[in-house]
Amino acid sequence: MTTAPTRKHFVGTAHTRVEGRDKVTGAARYASEIPFDRLAHGWLVLSTIARGRITSVEDTPVLAMPGVVAVLHHGNAPRVDTDYTGLLGTAPDPTAALFQHDRVPHAGWPVALVVADTSEQAREAAEALVVHYEQEPHDVDFTAEHPDAYPLDSHLPAVAEKGDLEAELAASAAVVDAEYTTPEEHHNPMEPHAAAARWDGGRLDVVDSNQGTLWVASELANLFSLDPASVRVRSEHVGGGFGSKGLRAHQVAAVMAATVLQRPVRVVMTRRQMFSLAGYRSPTRQHLRLGADADGRLRALEHRCLSLTSTVHEFVEPGADPARTMYDADAHHTANHVVRLDVPTPTWMRAPGEAPGSFALESALDELAEKLGIDPIELRVRNEPALGPVSGLPFSGRNLLACFREGARRFGWADRDPRPGLRRDGRWLLGTGTAAASFPAGAAPSTAAVTAEADGTFTVRINAADIGTGARTALTLVAADALEAAPERVRVRIGDSDFGPAFIAGGSMGTRSWSWAVTVAAEELRERLALGAAVPPEGITVRSDTTEAVGALARKERHSFGAQFAEVAVDVDTGEVRVRRMLGIFAAGRIVNPLTARGQFVGGMTWGISMALHEEAVRDAGTGGHYGADLAGYHVAAHADVPLVEADWIDDPDPDDPVGIKGIGEIGIVGAAAAIANAVRHATGVRHRHLPIRPDRVLMAGRHA
Amino acid sequence: MAPPPSSTSSAVTLKINGDKHTLSVDHRTTLLDALRERLDLTGTKKGCDQGQCGACTVLLDGRRAVACLQLAVAAEDREITTVEGLAEAGQLHPVQQAFLDLDGYQCGYCTPGQICSAVAVIEEHAAGWPSAVTDDVRPEVGAPPLTADEIRERMSGNLCRCGAYVSIVQAVARAAEARMSQEAAV
Repeated sequence: MTTAPTRKHFVGTAHTRVEGRDKVTGAARYASEIPFDRLAHGWLVLSTIARGRITSVEDTPVLAMPGVVAVLHHGNAPRVDTDYTGLLGTAPDPTAALFQHDRVPHAGWPVALVVADTSEQAREAAEALVVHYEQEPHDVDFTAEHPDAYPLDSHLPAVAEKGDLEAELAASAAVVDAEYTTPEEHHNPMEPHAAAARWDGGRLDVVDSNQGTLWVASELANLFSLDPASVRVRSEHVGGGFGSKGLRAHQVAAVMAATVLQRPVRVVMTRRQMFSLAGYRSPTRQHLRLGADADGRLRALEHRCLSLTSTVHEFVEPGADPARTMYDADAHHTANHVVRLDVPTPTWMRAPGEAPGSFALESALDELAEKLGIDPIELRVRNEPALGPVSGLPFSGRNLLACFREGARRFGWADRDPRPGLRRDGRWLLGTGTAAASFPAGAAPSTAAVTAEADGTFTVRINAADIGTGARTALTLVAADALEAAPERVRVRIGDSDFGPAFIAGGSMGTRSWSWAVTVAAEELRERLALGAAVPPEGITVRSDTTEAVGALARKERHSFGAQFAEVAVDVDTGEVRVRRMLGIFAAGRIVNPLTARGQFVGGMTWGISMALHEEAVRDAGTGGHYGADLAGYHVAAHADVPLVEADWIDDPDPDDPVGIKGIGEIGIVGAAAAIANAVRHATGVRHRHLPIRPDRVLMAGRHA
Repeated sequence: MAPPPSSTSSAVTLKINGDKHTLSVDHRTTLLDALRERLDLTGTKKGCDQGQCGACTVLLDGRRAVACLQLAVAAEDREITTVEGLAEAGQLHPVQQAFLDLDGYQCGYCTPGQICSAVAVIEEHAAGWPSAVTDDVRPEVGAPPLTADEIRERMSGNLCRCGAYVSIVQAVARAAEARMSQEAAV
């Protein structure tokens, strides 16, 4: 057997994606692209009212239409069981428990599924289906006062308070007291949610696009009261997820129809339907109060974040959480509240909590720096905590200031004149801004199996998901190092619930959690082979389970950190903001594959540009639905919006992880919008506290200034 | 399942990647659905099905078109090139190779559309076509330098939600340079 000449050789070196050739030639098949014999096509019908009751579904004429084989709705659909706690510790979002009752809790609620032989027939019939409602008044107005808002825990408690806030504010030399808002934002992965379900020899086989096949399989088993071993979910290639691809209506619809019809059924969400069915980031209203001594030391920090949830399920966007990691103060109050409205349930979206929370917090820090006449980086230096500000726990590593130092050097921060509104390039006002970033670094139990094949190659089986992160390639490098074998001899198979339990692609924890399990199994296998064991035709397989090792991790403040820098140009005639360059420097653990990791960071920062300047889903108070629920009405950053965005990192291996990984999927967006907003302030002299920073807002602010 | 021939369907012959395919299609069937659902050419992606994302970009007679806004029955007699038709004899097209080498993608779902677009962008530029960011559009000036800004403008019909734009632009530039140096050598 050939082995690599030195250990730990491949982790840390650039490697093109192992599935790259399939992706650039179109050979990679996504969930809606696997052919099945006798496949039928399901098309979801969504409610046109925002609140009320379905009085009738006129399915008879639709059933007579060409090719239509079924219309499922609350009057005839199979019953499902929702009384369980899922893999991630929560009850299922009732949006996925399709057609169980006549209530409509929001616009775009699924009310029927039309199944036909072709997608054209299904679509026509779905559009022809008449549904009658008894409409009730709805409330989708998040901007109103909401005295019924209540605190809601996420993975952290809703409220954390220490010290006398009013007293510390009163004793402060400078105070910032401001409200910041972020709008409703949608993931919009390029691949719409899609699933094909069929019964195959007594097993339910689902080909899906998701962030965790066992997660979805276990939810389906629970909903349909099936033996978990009889449900298989596969998800080989996933066209983006960003938090939206868990259990959703399309999988449940496909399973229901496949069960009723006893033939394979595929259900694909339309782009418009995704705006109602795929989850989204709640809008936020955030109130910040900062008080500091003249030297910049924080005496008071208050961050209160209000987000919304639906009337049928609880979800909180914990925007106040980042303050608990970033800065200490004598009085430190943070709280996350929600209000229930007649809207779909929001969900995790890239850097939940941190993305909107960091916009408010890091903007407020910038405002405080300006009031005190202290450089914004220096203000952060003076408030660098020794311990977790709320937890009191030590940091596993906190290289935030190293990120700022390296970023400032490369960005040319030292030459910056802090005075706003001074730099001009033709009709453009120029400015620069910075902000800090953090995101929790965690690991979750996973299992892996590594097989030495008789032909000298290795097969890794782990139920990982590669939603574009490069996880498949990273795991190949990790396995190669642990096996002391060249990556070309290692085949990594992922995205199959039959491979057993492993964490989802979420929380920036996927690659770390999976790498841990792969490393344990691969190292044991290498040791066995080193003893000279002959490899039988069926190979030698070693399995690992990291439950115990992950559970033994000491409690610490574990996070990745980063420093964001942006330069913007603001058109004084049109109010258009253009980002001219961005730089992010991150301390995010060991970087497994620099080629794909750079893409993760830069992709996150690109989301930051999009969040700062473009993204905004607007609800119509009258209908309770969206204006322009599509990619024309909801603008995500396009090529022309994105300049040279650079990301780099400092050496920051996690000492408690076998590979040194922390996780890099989300931190790129954190602080990015604040850096841009701070740059707009520097360019124009106007502070923008409401995202996105649209041209009309820039122009109106200029008029009022 | 093919609908039977009737007033709502027709037989068409589509020329795709040099091969002719004759099939009966529902008149409502888009070129995109004909490719994906009928001909098992799933490399062309459906991102929005309404002409807003560019994931279904193919080449029609060498020019870019979104297949979701093209009816299959209207595509007869056109030369259709999809991402599956770019590589020759197992050799990746230079644009495909550059995307692979420079990591011009993440999830890969917008990638076939980006690549088809890029192939056409390089040809459009070589033919001297200006864009909205071209400073001097007089024909006698010829093709403007294919700067990053030119590439960004010309590729803006292709959304990438993973945010891989920076490396996509680098990949397009590399492939364009390779084409230019190849031409110079000839």
